[in-house]
Amino acid sequence: MSVLVYIEHSKGHFKKTAFEAVTYASKIAQQMGTECIALVLGASDHLSDLGNYGANKILNCSASIFSNFDSQVYSNSIAKVANDNGANLIILANSSNGKTLAGRLSVKLKAGSISGANKLPTISGNSMIVSKSVFSGKGVANYEIKSAIKIISLMGNSIKPEQVANNATVESIVIPTATPKITVKSVKTEEGTVPLPEAELVVSAGRGMKGPENWGIIEDLASAMGATTACSRPVADAHWRPHHEHVGQTGVAIRPNLYIAIGISGAIQHLAGVNNSKTIVVINKDPEAPFFKAADYGVCGDLFEIVPRLTQAIKDFKQSH
Amino acid sequence: MNFLVCISKTPDTTAKISFSSDLKTFNSAGVQYILNPYDEWYALVKAIELKEQLGGNVTICNVGPLDNEQIIRKGLAIGADDAVRIDCEPLSSMQVAFQIAQYAKSKSFDMILLGKETIDYNGSEVGAMLAEYLDLPFVSYGSKLDMNGNVATIERDIEGGTEVLEVATPFVVSAAKGMAEQRIPNMRGIMMAKSKALEVVAPAPFEDLAVVDHYDLPKEKSSVKMIDPENMQELVRLLHEEAKAI
Ligand SMILES: Cc1cc2nc3c(=O)[nH]c(=O)nc-3n(C[C@H](O)[C@H](O)[C@H](O)COP(=O)(O)OP(=O)(O)OC[C@H]3O[C@@H](n4cnc5c(N)ncnc54)[C@H](O)[C@@H]3O)c2cc1C
Repeated sequence: MSVLVYIEHSKGHFKKTAFEAVTYASKIAQQMGTECIALVLGASDHLSDLGNYGANKILNCSASIFSNFDSQVYSNSIAKVANDNGANLIILANSSNGKTLAGRLSVKLKAGSISGANKLPTISGNSMIVSKSVFSGKGVANYEIKSAIKIISLMGNSIKPEQVANNATVESIVIPTATPKITVKSVKTEEGTVPLPEAELVVSAGRGMKGPENWGIIEDLASAMGATTACSRPVADAHWRPHHEHVGQTGVAIRPNLYIAIGISGAIQHLAGVNNSKTIVVINKDPEAPFFKAADYGVCGDLFEIVPRLTQAIKDFKQSH
Repeated sequence: MNFLVCISKTPDTTAKISFSSDLKTFNSAGVQYILNPYDEWYALVKAIELKEQLGGNVTICNVGPLDNEQIIRKGLAIGADDAVRIDCEPLSSMQVAFQIAQYAKSKSFDMILLGKETIDYNGSEVGAMLAEYLDLPFVSYGSKLDMNGNVATIERDIEGGTEVLEVATPFVVSAAKGMAEQRIPNMRGIMMAKSKALEVVAPAPFEDLAVVDHYDLPKEKSSVKMIDPENMQELVRLLHEEAKAI
């Protein structure tokens, strides 16, 4: 028996989602009275860091084939490690690659799989109840996984990474792999900013901004806070902002600690992607804007006056703390 | 090239969501169902665009009961050539993937397309499961796809950016925004859809491994606290002390 957590990295560096996954896996492993094994595919100089979050054993295959994401090669490798280590639970991040692997692994290992879990499962005997948000945040579905092997993909920002005493062993392993059928040609990611799905603080703006030339005040607020910027769909459709900033039903779904919505009306399709945020602040000049109903804090007035004032207040706060 | 497009139905985002009093089932009565937008706007239209460019046939496939023929006809009206419905009420993504795989195994599709997820359960797992059942490569979250002979160049969305890759047919791809432009069915399409072939196939036996045990309603939000627009220090204070967000 063991809990296997598959760890994503970017050129050997772990992101917060990796530490969240280890914390989550290690808490379940403790509850099940078994060990938590972290698996890293591809080279990394930071392997032992995973022990800080509760991994008992860290397995690493540093073969260069893993610099090319092919879900067949990856899932075959993870399945082999799962079998070799008697894993009865596999945890992955609910990311583009994580969900892809979860689906393949579930068929390969005849394992019931739930993606997008947002809290620790309830375990009773061999069965496990896993919860996720469904119907655009209008319901919660609690699934029972009945199979002997189970798979859970963990939604970002669902658990806080928790540091523990590190007593992990690091072991390098060799995994036989077949030739990939997918050849990755290039990977482009925004440098220097936290990607939206991982961001804890998000400053988002909509059509109330009137035009792309006005985004300076949004960027100032975001940089004062250390937040990532997002936008509503019409804003991305009009190319005022890049497509990867679009949040909502047809864009990215996020659950940051803080979501500040500026000049966004709060249409249900927008809320669908953001209403799991822990705290929502809405700045809108229309007191009837639907977004106020989904907000924790509201400021009613002209964003062009309020946003610079808020930026200043944040700067003052940062100086005194 | 022969294309298979997997489509599903989903409650409209604006639908009122409620559950039975024992919370065991979703109340579907009175709910407006639509063709899942990712399947319709991106996967299906992309298959039709490729067919127009390269020739071939677009088949749509749905795993579901008789009622679903309404959304299947919509897919045919948009431009698919024929359709198949696998006649069962699936309770899990795995069941959907399994049934489609049983059907697709005996055919020779060059490309299987589907939306990146459904907008009700956001599982995003059917594509990967289907690819695994069929032992095919799978590309998720495709936002652009160009064919050159039998090799596709695909851009896919990854966290905070994009990845560009190449893969030869046959493969499975899930479609995200950017893959194609939504098409509205016209009158001619709607008329023609009525006479297109819609095959009904019996499901193969399948045992679910993960199903909904019960639902809950989300916790009520406490009502919004309005802050004086002149006093942003107060908002910052609350975000720090009360919400512990900064
Ligand atoms: C199938 C479908 C899917 C969709 N998916 C998405 C999605 O994923 N994401 C998404 O965002 N939308 C989505 N939409 C669109 C959605 O329905 C709304 O149209 C959209 O979210 C509105 O964007 P907005 O709030 O920026 O603009 P608007 O609705 O135009 O709102 C602008 C807001 O700014 C306020 N405002 C204007 N000037 C000021 C000022 N000076 N100071 C303060 N406030 C001001 C106004 O009061 C208003 O509330 C979808 C729609 C459909 C039909």
